[in-house]
Amino acid sequence: MAATEVQVSDKASPLKAKSSSDDKLMRLFILVIGAYLVVALAMPLYVMLSKSVLNSDGGFVGLLNYFAYFKTPSLVYSIKNSLFVGLVTTVITVSIAFVLAYGFTRSRMPGKPIFKTIAMIPILVPSLLPGIALIYLFGRQGIINWALFGHEIYGPIGIIISEVFFTLPHALIIIITALSIADARLYEAATALRASSTRIFFTVTLPGVRYGLISAGFVVFTLAVTDFGAPKVIGGDFNVLATDIYKQVIGQQNFEMGAVVSVVLLIPAALAFFVDRLVQKKQVALLSSRAVALEPKPSRRFDNGMLAYALVVSFFILGILGMCQFAALFKFFPYNLSLGLSNYQFDLMDGGGWDSYFNSIEMASYTAVFGTIIVFYGAYLVEKGKGLGVIRGAFQFLAMLPMAVPGLVLGLAYIFFFNMPTNPLNVLYHTMAILVISTITHFYTVSHLTATTALKQMDAQFESVAASLKQPFYRTFVRVTVPVCTPAILDISIYLFVNAMTTVSAVVFLYSPHTTLASVAVLNMDDAGDIAPAAAMGMMIFYTAAGVKILHYFLSRGIEAKTQAWRRSSDN
Amino acid sequence: MTDAFLRIENLAKNFGNFTALRNISLSVLEGEFVCFLGPSGCGKTTLLRAIAGLDIQTQGRIEQAGIDISILPPAERDFGIVFQSYALFPNLTVEKNVAYGLESRRAARSEVIGRVKELLALVDLADQGKKYPSQLSGGQQQRVALARALATSPGLLLLDEPLSALDAKVRTHLRQEIKHLQRRLAVTTIMVTHDQEEALTMADRIVVMNHGSIEQIGSPEDIYAAPASEFVAQFIGTMNFINVVVESANQGKHPGGFVKFSPDNLRQGESARLAIRPEDVEILNKKDEQNTDQVLGKVVSTEYLGAFLRVTIAPEGWESTLLADISTDIAVRFVIEAGGDVGFRLPPEKILAYQENK
Repeated sequence: MAATEVQVSDKASPLKAKSSSDDKLMRLFILVIGAYLVVALAMPLYVMLSKSVLNSDGGFVGLLNYFAYFKTPSLVYSIKNSLFVGLVTTVITVSIAFVLAYGFTRSRMPGKPIFKTIAMIPILVPSLLPGIALIYLFGRQGIINWALFGHEIYGPIGIIISEVFFTLPHALIIIITALSIADARLYEAATALRASSTRIFFTVTLPGVRYGLISAGFVVFTLAVTDFGAPKVIGGDFNVLATDIYKQVIGQQNFEMGAVVSVVLLIPAALAFFVDRLVQKKQVALLSSRAVALEPKPSRRFDNGMLAYALVVSFFILGILGMCQFAALFKFFPYNLSLGLSNYQFDLMDGGGWDSYFNSIEMASYTAVFGTIIVFYGAYLVEKGKGLGVIRGAFQFLAMLPMAVPGLVLGLAYIFFFNMPTNPLNVLYHTMAILVISTITHFYTVSHLTATTALKQMDAQFESVAASLKQPFYRTFVRVTVPVCTPAILDISIYLFVNAMTTVSAVVFLYSPHTTLASVAVLNMDDAGDIAPAAAMGMMIFYTAAGVKILHYFLSRGIEAKTQAWRRSSDN
Repeated sequence: MTDAFLRIENLAKNFGNFTALRNISLSVLEGEFVCFLGPSGCGKTTLLRAIAGLDIQTQGRIEQAGIDISILPPAERDFGIVFQSYALFPNLTVEKNVAYGLESRRAARSEVIGRVKELLALVDLADQGKKYPSQLSGGQQQRVALARALATSPGLLLLDEPLSALDAKVRTHLRQEIKHLQRRLAVTTIMVTHDQEEALTMADRIVVMNHGSIEQIGSPEDIYAAPASEFVAQFIGTMNFINVVVESANQGKHPGGFVKFSPDNLRQGESARLAIRPEDVEILNKKDEQNTDQVLGKVVSTEYLGAFLRVTIAPEGWESTLLADISTDIAVRFVIEAGGDVGFRLPPEKILAYQENK
């Protein structure tokens, strides 16, 4: 060894640790998964951004496309529309979700598990579906269209109702979490000081959940602004940014303008995302304090009031879902309301037929399997790896980025990147693989955060102990990390599967005649006027997602019974 | 010191601009039990992690069993480690935890089973092998962690605050157990702790650290009886301090009078801090006026601590109060009670003198 003589006087260079073979292997793996994120996310986004400053022949035109964009009133008007829909949806959804979450956490109303399950249903359906139900309910021949007092469901009203339906579970999860970390001692102190219940609400409850409410607001806003399904189905002439991208690309084949609109849509989404990240850090700080769990006291009037409220919200959700199911079963609405399965003959319609349904299942399965492996292993390497600080930081950034990128923007970026003749990866274009890759990337962030949270909860010294026992890291990964994180791994896989089933936005630009998907079929059948079959296919997606979710529930309980025996014993 | 098992030379560690360790040099003999003792943030854990290779030092050299391990990764060093959090693998049984380091070493299965049995017996958990860590108490879990660390017969055992997460009773018990085990196996051991009692009872030698530097290295007796610095005097045990100006080679002056101390290398006119332990303060019979050393004062309060009484005294004319530990017997004999008068003397041979910190 040449470096044995380390002189103290020589303060020039700090010592460098010799890398173990483990370190080297982990660095290799993080580079591999990092390369995946670069190819599947960074490079497509870069190509898309650069397209927005090029003309259709590929010449550099600076901001000319943007000037053209802002000179087209119909396009600029969409910005206003998008913001309007986003803001109104945010206010309505967060209000509804807050009261519901309040009932779930602060009342003793009966049937909480059932109502919670119902409130999560919208996650299991494509965002196109509520629009279809609204057409049947409030459309020109709608069953109860008198209820709108002559207003038109096609347009902002329909979009906003759909978005409220679609975003409710997301807001609800965040606000329930925020409300459940309340510290009972604060309430006892306030009561002991003889504060009225109204005063307690405004001085204890609301300040405690403010970060949760802000966070929920940003999440809902982002979802509503970037959603493409609802405005596509029920937007009518009311254009928003998301539909503009679709129209520019699919309708007018104007890819450069599509890129410009994408950049415009990227700005509010990215902004909301970064503010949300800041707010969530503060929420975590609240969480870490040692709190005594709050046990709501029974109060008949309050509990019944909350029960009535939960019933109304459930009625809204089940009503929309039920309407879709009936829409699918009516033989010929509104003239022949007898029920039958004729609308399920997808092979007779445009959109890919039953094949698209099975393609979706195939795609969702691949996404769940490969996505879980990539995401969890990536998160593990970022958390536990040594060295390569800059690369790990960049990895972390790339892993968070997909949350800020609307699906349509990602899809368009994929067209640009994977369709380039000079790109050797263009063999992937129009394959199942590109659908899987885009979906994994699109839903990377939440999965990554789930994995990171689970990994952070593990004792940070496991790896140190394993190294002192001279065990290679992969042995500890297989024998300890994966078993301990099994619940999180199952969560990630089901999250990816369900979202792969329901997503439309990224894949709508990427499917081929051989790889049509169920969610895209809903869109295309609706486009072609076959609304009933679209509803039928949408419900197939729902039943599949729900079935898989139930299967997942029992499966994870079975696995937990087997592998998590050690967890239960710590309860008592 | 030529046969040191572990030799650390001029170690330094910086985190950015913050200096966590500076100029650390020390040697540990084979089979020795050494404690790194100091307040939180003194760098003791940083030093342990450097020895383990978990966080490598910025400068300096570490040699173990004659081999330079300064820059080796943990897996290429020879040590076992126990953490405060136990860090037991929660999904593996006690047996499998202990066997974790043995299995892949191509050892025969029966051999592994035998060794695990032996280790579990060693830590007194022979019948708990099939349980999961969460089914054991904290003390039992820490013993499993100890068995796991010892399984591969490492040359060096590192203990990072191993007792800090445990209840007081369990802690005392496990303290003795670890000490016995260490003696029996004669494994060179380094333990990090902020608990002086732990260090005093367990260690062969204590390394007292403060602000990233070593303040004193010595046997527990040395450290307690002859603290090398004012910091050590203050950190270990309870100590009274009296600020004085040195009058002559063995006398200091302060507003309340004079204090005699045994000669030290303090110069005349210099400010100094004299230190004396509460148990070394001698309570006198107030009427005994022959004793010229006698200082008179008032009893501010008394605190009953079971085996003895801790008396807070306000000596006449002094700037600060003084603590004295006395037996209940003396308290009764001399009628020591709050508000009453008391006489005492400070035996010069028990007084330590330190230069005033600049």
